[in-house]
Amino acid sequence: MQEQSTYNYNVVRQFSIMTVVWGIVGMLVGLFIAAQLIWPELNFASWLSYGRLRPLHTNAVVFAFGGSALFATSYYVVQRTCHARLFCDRLAAFTFWGWQAVIVLAAVTLPMGYTSSKEYAELEWPIDILIALVWVAYAVVFFGTIVKRKTPHIYVANWFFGAFILTVAVLHIVNSAAIPVSLTKSYSAYAGVQDAMVQWWYGHNAVGFFLTAGFLGMMYYFIPKQAGRPVYSYRLSVVHFWSLIFTYMWAGPHHLHYTALPDWAQSIGMLFSLVLLAPSWGGMINGIMTLSGAWHKLRTDPILKFLVVSLSFYGMSTFEGPMMAIKTVNALSHYTDWTVGHVHSGALGWVGMVSIGSLYYLIPRLYGRTEMYSMQLVTLHFWVATIGIVLYIAAMWIAGVMQGLMWRAVNPDGTLTYAFVESVKATYPYYAVRLLGGLLYFSGMLIMAWNVWKTVAGQKAVDMPVTAAAHA
Amino acid sequence: MSDFVHDGWSFYIAIITVVSLLACGVFLKALSTQKLARGEQAGTTGHTWDGLQELNNPMPRWWMWLFYITIVFSFAYLILYPGLGSYAGYLGWSSQGQYKGEQQQAAEVYGPVIDRFLKQDVLVVAANPEAREIGQRLFLNYCAQCHGSDAGGSRGYPSLRDADWLYGGTTDAIRSTILNGRNGVMPPLGAALGGSDEVRDVVHHVLALAGRTHDGLRAQRGKAKFATTCVACHGADGKGNQQIGAPNLSDDIWLHGGTEAAITESIVKGRMNQMPGHKDFLDEGKIHLLTAYVLGISGRVKP
Repeated sequence: MQEQSTYNYNVVRQFSIMTVVWGIVGMLVGLFIAAQLIWPELNFASWLSYGRLRPLHTNAVVFAFGGSALFATSYYVVQRTCHARLFCDRLAAFTFWGWQAVIVLAAVTLPMGYTSSKEYAELEWPIDILIALVWVAYAVVFFGTIVKRKTPHIYVANWFFGAFILTVAVLHIVNSAAIPVSLTKSYSAYAGVQDAMVQWWYGHNAVGFFLTAGFLGMMYYFIPKQAGRPVYSYRLSVVHFWSLIFTYMWAGPHHLHYTALPDWAQSIGMLFSLVLLAPSWGGMINGIMTLSGAWHKLRTDPILKFLVVSLSFYGMSTFEGPMMAIKTVNALSHYTDWTVGHVHSGALGWVGMVSIGSLYYLIPRLYGRTEMYSMQLVTLHFWVATIGIVLYIAAMWIAGVMQGLMWRAVNPDGTLTYAFVESVKATYPYYAVRLLGGLLYFSGMLIMAWNVWKTVAGQKAVDMPVTAAAHA
Repeated sequence: MSDFVHDGWSFYIAIITVVSLLACGVFLKALSTQKLARGEQAGTTGHTWDGLQELNNPMPRWWMWLFYITIVFSFAYLILYPGLGSYAGYLGWSSQGQYKGEQQQAAEVYGPVIDRFLKQDVLVVAANPEAREIGQRLFLNYCAQCHGSDAGGSRGYPSLRDADWLYGGTTDAIRSTILNGRNGVMPPLGAALGGSDEVRDVVHHVLALAGRTHDGLRAQRGKAKFATTCVACHGADGKGNQQIGAPNLSDDIWLHGGTEAAITESIVKGRMNQMPGHKDFLDEGKIHLLTAYVLGISGRVKP
């Protein structure tokens, strides 16, 4: 029974390496479509056109890069903090191969033009069914391990991972409900404004649970580990966890301000988005205050830099989000590149940097090393990525506010001051700065890939023995 | 007009919303009892996971105030604005009402600026430089997406700057086009003509009509086919019919392209072309100015 005595690091290794691979692929597609906005000539084939590649970009970065990072870290954290080997190796292996199959199918079908047309849920119904199966298997593996735990209490990181896994299952299954007409075409089970509401109930909770709760789980393990300090406040974790997962569920209607959605639903969406500010910031405070007594480490430790800066971006975008949910602000920001900037301050700043920081902690430990091949390269990656994000979101903020103001400017005779195409023309320089920012962030990923290669090449994969739980 | 099929649903929504907001506050209050004495350091909870521990620090006060303030704001908002089921809110605001109010305000402010030209004949308006400026701005807002900023058109979208009109260039025809839109339909006729060889003959006849390079023998054969199949709409001499929007084929101006390949495609696959009607969202004054503007740019009226 030697197998029982070690942690299952194999599936963690697989997901960790694929996180880097899919990060590079997804961001490369992002770079290409950013370039298409500057040079429309780059739309030289239907399967390489913006409309088909944009969903490929979002699916690749959110579900392939972000998803693999979540699988890797949640499987690692749940084993380590439960002091138990992952439940059912075969099912865990199924989640890895199943998830990779979903990604490959997405990379084939989306450029071919197969789409359900639901944003962030574009994959057609046979792939949706595969996702549901993989996800249920994920839940069984994760909660099976929780059940096996040797500690009396469940660690806070696992609350967040657990909430993320359960909720994403519900969101995916409800939103993807559809009537198939062929293997590659289906129609949503909902119609009209109800369809829009279900879509954005899903869409915003995909942000709330996939891109927030899951990554907060990551934060709650890797920050205290890397800082060598206890989590700042247990009370704060309890209050912000429950209020976060409760309040997020209500926030979706803010995507449908000033639409056919009834006013009462829009109001509730706006108010719960505002209430969400404090629960969101609870996670940032708890993470950053965990560094009290270890602030000096920030000067020398690039991994901690990644993790702490990710929390700063988290705090910034969770302040920006509630502000943009206010109807009056939304009237200016909606449909502009401000939204794109907001999403990327969360995606590149929070999700990307917390994942990268966690992987720099994780990968050497999965291959029997204490740290990455080159910490200088980690520092370089940090600065390249940070400068890239700042360029990206500053460009999109300016572009977004400019577009919003141009679209509403009116002449003394009541006609619009600017034709739409004039706002497109005025956005060109900002698209160029955005492309540069994205290029920097992408180069950071290439540096990471090189560093990871040098760290793992020739190393033996090491599965650590399960440690005994400490009894207080 | 209620959004609810039954009052019960309205109460259901309202009660859940109020209880949920209250619950957030009560939950926060219930867990915020713990305080640290001055200078006291928080201990840990005593649990350990993989070497990780948690401190028992109280929640930051400023953060709790932030939380309470958003809850209080929400209740104030729900009293003033719609949100609790079918309760309309103390201020009686609605997004529909706001929209109508803005429209009304716009009509009051901008209406006189636009409508003062209504009393003038369209040809007079077309020659008025100020009206042309407003007309151009309206054109850029509503028409340029298809016809181009310079009204030069593009494939499938007619140029408005030449003297060639699909439906006629009179004041009435232009106004009617803007008001009601147009549906141009050419049926697919490949099968009716017999086959690809016959189609090719007709294509060469059409090329000949437009004075383009063509195969004389084929054009001769195509002429007979043209006379039986195409003549009903395009006329015996190919000069078209503005009553039904059948284009003039003899002027070498092409809506869908004048190459052999493009003409072949038009005949074999047919064409569907639509100009949407604008009467539902442009008022009389704006249509008047746009009609005058189009007359002006087409060269019919000199400023």
